[in-house]
Amino acid sequence: MTAARNIAAILAASLAITACGSDDVAEPDGDGTVAVGPPPTAPAASTPTSDETITLVAYDSFPDADTSLNEALASFTATTGIGVDILRAGDTGTMLSKASLTAGNPEGDVMWGIDDSLLSRAVADGVFDPYVATGLADGSVEISEEFLALVPDGEATPVDYGDVCVNYDIGWFSERDLDPPASLADLADPAYAGLLVVQNPATSSPGLAFLLATIHEYGLEGWQDYWTALGENGVEVVEGWTEAYYERFTWAGGGPTPMVVSYGSSPPAEVIFADPPRDDSPTGVIEATCYRQVEFAGVLRGTDAPEAARQLVDFLVGDQFQAEIPLNLFVYPTNEAVTLPAEFVDFAVIPEQSRTLDPAVIDANRSTWIDEWTELVLG
Amino acid sequence: MSETPALRVDDVHVAFDDTSVLDGVDLSIEPGEIVALLGPSGSGKSTLLRVVAGIVMPDSGSVHIGRTDVTRQPTHQRGVGMVFQDNQLFPHMSVLDNVAFGLKMTGRPRPDRERIGRDWLERVGLSGFADRRVTELSGGEAKRVALARTLAPGPNVVLLDEPLTGLDRELHDRLADELARLLRSAGVTALLVTHDADEAATIADRTVLLADL
Amino acid sequence: MNRLPRRLVGALAIGPIAALGVFYLWPFATLLAEALTGGAVSDTLTRSQTWDVVWFTFWQAMVSTMCTVAIGIIPAFVVARFEFRGRRLLVGLLTATFVLPTVVMGAAFLALLPDSVDRTVWAVIGAHVAFNLAVVVRVVGSLWEHLPTDMEHAAATLGASRRRTLTTISLPLIRPAITAAATIVFLFTFTSFGVIRILGAPGTRTIEVEVWRRATQLGDIGGAAVLSLLQLAVLAVLLVWSTTAQRRHSRALALEATAPRRRPRTTAQRRFVALTAGAAALVALVPLGALVARSFSTPTGWSTNAWTDLGRVEVRPGIRVGTDPVEAIANSLTTAAWATAFAVAVGALASLAITAAGRHGRLIDAGLMLPLGTSAVTIGLGMLITFDVDPVDWRASWWLVPVGHALVAVPFVVRTCVGVLRSVDPAMTAAAATLGAGPVRAWRATVVPYLWRPLAAGGALAAAISLGEFGATSFLSRSGGETMPIAIEQLLGRTGTTLQAQGYVLATILAAVTIALVVAVDTIQGIVDARVTGE
Repeated sequence: MTAARNIAAILAASLAITACGSDDVAEPDGDGTVAVGPPPTAPAASTPTSDETITLVAYDSFPDADTSLNEALASFTATTGIGVDILRAGDTGTMLSKASLTAGNPEGDVMWGIDDSLLSRAVADGVFDPYVATGLADGSVEISEEFLALVPDGEATPVDYGDVCVNYDIGWFSERDLDPPASLADLADPAYAGLLVVQNPATSSPGLAFLLATIHEYGLEGWQDYWTALGENGVEVVEGWTEAYYERFTWAGGGPTPMVVSYGSSPPAEVIFADPPRDDSPTGVIEATCYRQVEFAGVLRGTDAPEAARQLVDFLVGDQFQAEIPLNLFVYPTNEAVTLPAEFVDFAVIPEQSRTLDPAVIDANRSTWIDEWTELVLG
Repeated sequence: MSETPALRVDDVHVAFDDTSVLDGVDLSIEPGEIVALLGPSGSGKSTLLRVVAGIVMPDSGSVHIGRTDVTRQPTHQRGVGMVFQDNQLFPHMSVLDNVAFGLKMTGRPRPDRERIGRDWLERVGLSGFADRRVTELSGGEAKRVALARTLAPGPNVVLLDEPLTGLDRELHDRLADELARLLRSAGVTALLVTHDADEAATIADRTVLLADL
Repeated sequence: MNRLPRRLVGALAIGPIAALGVFYLWPFATLLAEALTGGAVSDTLTRSQTWDVVWFTFWQAMVSTMCTVAIGIIPAFVVARFEFRGRRLLVGLLTATFVLPTVVMGAAFLALLPDSVDRTVWAVIGAHVAFNLAVVVRVVGSLWEHLPTDMEHAAATLGASRRRTLTTISLPLIRPAITAAATIVFLFTFTSFGVIRILGAPGTRTIEVEVWRRATQLGDIGGAAVLSLLQLAVLAVLLVWSTTAQRRHSRALALEATAPRRRPRTTAQRRFVALTAGAAALVALVPLGALVARSFSTPTGWSTNAWTDLGRVEVRPGIRVGTDPVEAIANSLTTAAWATAFAVAVGALASLAITAAGRHGRLIDAGLMLPLGTSAVTIGLGMLITFDVDPVDWRASWWLVPVGHALVAVPFVVRTCVGVLRSVDPAMTAAAATLGAGPVRAWRATVVPYLWRPLAAGGALAAAISLGEFGATSFLSRSGGETMPIAIEQLLGRTGTTLQAQGYVLATILAAVTIALVVAVDTIQGIVDARVTGE
């Protein structure tokens, strides 16, 4: 019988350790920032509360505490009584894959961050519950027609947009008396060998956007040769944007690579968070590489709290939240009523011409393109 | 006539883990002689055989085969044949291949090996057995194959470890006679270990007691 | 007359059989259906990528197997034939390496090898060899132990030098063991997942990895299903071939009780034994040592930072990179606790049912072994696509991952328990019957009490398996619910040294816990063996 007692003891001990472990996971409250809930794998002991809590699934670079974005969400909680937990699910590609596999029984209630090149897959996989935000329906929120045209049936709500462009470390190039590349073709030039890090288009939406930019430039038959050349030129591939930007990029990540696929609106972040403060941007943008990207938020199909989810979507596209987007996510808000902060306008780069591809073409070829790319670049 | 003995064991001591198994053993066998070594179980007679064969290294003393001091020589160079108590036939080879094994090791070409092998099989009364599997043999048949295998390469000294122990009475008596006949007709020098005095008398020219050595 | 009532066997067996049916057979059927619908079969089989992946899987498994067998034969010989100090420790070390989770082994080799060799095929093969050496040493060694030394002496008396004895006598006779070991190693390296994910370059893909990639990154479930069934087919063919080959070549060896091992007597022998034992020990210890060392290394020298600051690295307010290691540890412990509970419950019922059913128990036994023959990735994929519609939409349930782990662990629990239960002397039960106990009571009084110790051992084994499980969990884990192996893979895939150090810390913890559990199993089993044989 000692064995049975031992087993019981081990089980009890493990559960005790887990309980202690869960405490470590909760964050100390800052100024009314959101608390992280219990890990989803714990046995569901749902005590009914008068206030609900819903989960916002977002990509890794969405802050989950300590920023004005989170304060905005806190005020949403204060007004509606609906708490918001943030669940980070990797870069957008990974996030979508998981959402597709869990469609109908989702990991959260609202998803933030699917972009237009992946939207058709999300819709095809039944990830979203179509919903037209109240603000859009009654006209109190104005969004460009060009964005709304991408979601004719209200499948999701456009929340931000930006340009995916190659960023470079200005100081790194000037120290070596090297002119930074000015075009996609330059990136394949041996003079810039081994200086670029890109993201895997299967897992990352800026990665996919960059691939689409090259397809736009070199055409359906020519992009393969370009990528072969890039491969021979030592291009580095990582899974997601945070890894590329915060681990491999020389400026922001202290890594070895001075060029990274990021956003035209990334430089403002480097000015704002610079320590010691500075008044010029340390990073530059190669405009010829830019590709326009629109991001959406939507209600996840099968959520337990559809009403609360819809209210959150309304909030996400509303004036208060959208005003916090530029200085926290470093992309442009879709809500036209928002005035962009000065620092953002000063340092963000809006290319004269940003590339786009026809969504229908993307939808039809995306899988094949990713497969081919994987074969060519990852071998 | 001071002919060199075929086998000479001088003052051999063997101890395993502080227990003395052979304590200053001397033995000498003339060429063509068949000697039986008698002693109770566990008295060390098998160990003496193994010392002669080179399977066990003596702690002190020497072994001479003919004129050669083989004490430090590995088994396969000594030219001693040994019939083990449990035969140790090679199960993955046929009867003929077993018998011809020693000839193969000395580099005899195949036709020679086959001829000599079959010849020996006939001499032990197993003419049609060449292609049989050794796992199908009866106790008596296996013993004969073991004998043929040992004798075929023409060893200098033949060692037999309790060759007839464990066989039933009738088989035992029959094989004892055959063994005696075979050893004599082959003219080999042989050292036979047994605990059965009658068996010793039937087969050997001379019986010695281990205790006396 | 004294047979146990069928009702009892039925009552015991119903739980395990139902569990097997729902969580294994049903997902398998779904996988089959998924693979055969639509154009998935033709799409996948006509894609040249598929055959590249199949060829690579085959090739690396062949090379790994050949290297492992070639390298492993020497320590197998030494361990079988010689007695030397530390012999048992060496065998234990090699076995410990074998039971380590694949991600830990991958992490250890990542830590060990210089960057230039990292993420190449050779790193993968090296890890495979180190990992599987124990299989060769134990399987071949154990047969070699039973090879009568006198047979080799007989060959010597017939003029065979040591080398010729080896080639004409010893090796041909241990060939069945070599084939068996090679088959096992090939099976493991063919379905290798954790090692490839961690040590391989992003483009290194075996069939297992490709199944995972297609399903989780590309959303191509049909293609993934086809690939996993293709793998199963290949493995089935291999198994059939190896069983028939073994049957043809097996010989009735007069297997004696272990031939006595000798201490090495000559200097040459001593040197040989020392060298071999030393080298084998190094193979086991050096990777683990590197793992521990790297958890303390930073670009600026040694520090315990990774251990003390185990948490996410904040790069900007509110933005942290990496997976939360502490949360991962907590998740792993909870999952392992539940998985062990499930495995022990089902395993106990199944073991009792199998022993109570006598000869018919073999069917249940074989059925429960099925998950072992199916790769973990296939099991995870099957469960993922089966339990995604009401009323069985269990994807979000906290218990799905532990159930998946339990599925893989139950065969081990059953093996441990059935062996002991079966070895109980039936005379005891007969004696109880003569004293007036009915069949069920007699059985309960004389056989069932022997269940508890092996069950404890099996439970510890189940815990170890659950903690290290990577394949099925890769499919079933949800964001925020990552277990240690998942976290390790994510952290080590990054290149920041802080994150990597954290990955090594987690891997070290996982290694230590696994080894502790295995030692516990061994100790309990030692007690069990002594008890049973002593009776």
